[in-house]
Amino acid sequence: MDKPEQARRKPAMSLEKAQKARRKFLQSVGLTAGFVGISLLGYIPVSKAGNLRLRPPGALNESDFLSSCIKCGQCVQVCPVQAIKLGDIGDGFGLGVPHIESREQACDFSCDAVQCILACPTGALTYDKPEFLKVRDGARLAAAPILIAKQQDPEPTLNLKERTGVARLAHPESCLAVQGKGFKGLARGAAFKGKMRYMAVDRWKPIPLRDHPYDVALCDLCVRECPIAHAIELRPLKGADGITRLTPTVLEACVGCGVCEMICPVEPAAIVVDAQALWQGAGA
Amino acid sequence: MSRFTDLFMGMLGAAPKKPEQVSDKVQQIMFVKYADKDRYIKEKLHARAHHAVSNKWRNRRWAVLLVTNLLFVLSFWLDIQLLEGALTASRFAGFHLIDLNSALQVMLAHKHIIVNLFIGTFTVFLIWVLLGGRTFCSWVCPYHLLAELTEKLHLKLVDRKIVTDHEFHRATRTVFWILFSLLTMVTGYTVFETLSPTGILSRALIYGPGLALGWVGLLLLFEIFWSRRAWCRYVCPIGLTYGAVGAISPLQVSYHVEHCFHEGDCRKVCLVPHVLDVTVKGRASEEALGLGPDCTRCGLCIDICPTGALRYEVKGLSKLL
Repeated sequence: MDKPEQARRKPAMSLEKAQKARRKFLQSVGLTAGFVGISLLGYIPVSKAGNLRLRPPGALNESDFLSSCIKCGQCVQVCPVQAIKLGDIGDGFGLGVPHIESREQACDFSCDAVQCILACPTGALTYDKPEFLKVRDGARLAAAPILIAKQQDPEPTLNLKERTGVARLAHPESCLAVQGKGFKGLARGAAFKGKMRYMAVDRWKPIPLRDHPYDVALCDLCVRECPIAHAIELRPLKGADGITRLTPTVLEACVGCGVCEMICPVEPAAIVVDAQALWQGAGA
Repeated sequence: MSRFTDLFMGMLGAAPKKPEQVSDKVQQIMFVKYADKDRYIKEKLHARAHHAVSNKWRNRRWAVLLVTNLLFVLSFWLDIQLLEGALTASRFAGFHLIDLNSALQVMLAHKHIIVNLFIGTFTVFLIWVLLGGRTFCSWVCPYHLLAELTEKLHLKLVDRKIVTDHEFHRATRTVFWILFSLLTMVTGYTVFETLSPTGILSRALIYGPGLALGWVGLLLLFEIFWSRRAWCRYVCPIGLTYGAVGAISPLQVSYHVEHCFHEGDCRKVCLVPHVLDVTVKGRASEEALGLGPDCTRCGLCIDICPTGALRYEVKGLSKLL
């Protein structure tokens, strides 16, 4: 069935039609370039160092976390203290990715089992990292962290192998303990919305901090409320002026939950959690 | 090429083709239809006069869309744990459900698939194979509803000659699908999720509004003032992913040439009018034809058709009954 040459060739296009098609093509190319360009703006926030967010417990390393998170917020939904927030457009590729702002609401492990990890459908939050993903030195915890609230249970540990950050006494000069001062009243004032679980009050119902006043001779709120055993203690440390003072000292067991940052009664917090920081050894 | 391939290529951006062969039955139908011109016109006017315009399917669809999205919202707000998560991934009464396009992006970015991700994706895959792929777009996607409402504004402005619709090439969406997949693989970030108004809106409804809604607003403005339904027509890779899945779906809108007056009302309301090319006089090759994978099964054409030439159909089922 040999068709004549004429029939096989496409019919000639009118000049106007050809021009229209050309314009449509160019506009389509423009649309493509435009949207792809806009989408790549998402790079800017994630490529800035020092922009790191505190991720929920069990999070993979940052770049793996951003790639594996499906941005569904199931972790947000199960958190009993609503510590987990989702990234907004300013987070670029981190849009919809969960993080924790400890000063506002820290993760105090009041769920006991790290519910957010259980809820995650993609393994972005996980108990067990797959083989091929690297565990950074300083992120691996020497031992499974003991949850003080579970100390009487048959299984007192949390199934966490890595820390999400490390606490650091950022402003020793403003720390009440270092100044030898006590603390009386509401840790964060009457307007603060953050919640915490107090075992002495109710194991399964976190209450607002404002409903739990303190009266201590020497401020030790960060040590007292730390949910992890042996993660922080007051140690007599010699200051620059040669005087020995009781100073909150972060230990290797610190998982970076941020409770100390939330509870710290001075403004700004004397102790903070460095998101995604690694354990550098005692005294670092 | 088979009609299946033609329709699939049509979804990827190819222009609709005239049929190479028209069945005897259709030839006969067309002959009878046009044998008596006066009768034909009378019938047409009669059909128009007696067409009780209803928004039956649109209303049902909007109800389903709202209820689905509200279920996510209430599930979280009232803590009833029925449908946890957002449209990208969720759990219905404990069963994992994962959006196919989001799953694809995560798999390409992370290059690792865990069991729950696979289970959720497979479940959703089966659901949309049965329900018709792009049915997701018009019956579930919250952006579709917003775009549908602002489309009315766009059409009004077009009517008053204040704006004109700038059409892009339909293959642009295919290019986007490929580009976003490549970008995701290369960068290791789920690049498309940053833009996706579906994810942004779903999360905004459930977890509260954010600045990202500004982006959705810009998209809607672009559609109102520059190009009708531009996001869904020319950009959104979710639509193409679901379209591919729905290509083998039994649930479809079918076209019955015998009842058609070839007036083209359906094409005017359609999000993807190229699927209705078959309603142009002389383009139907068989008595009854499915509209193909790009059809979102929204039912606007069914509502507007005065003669019932377009209907929902479950392939195989209608033969059984």
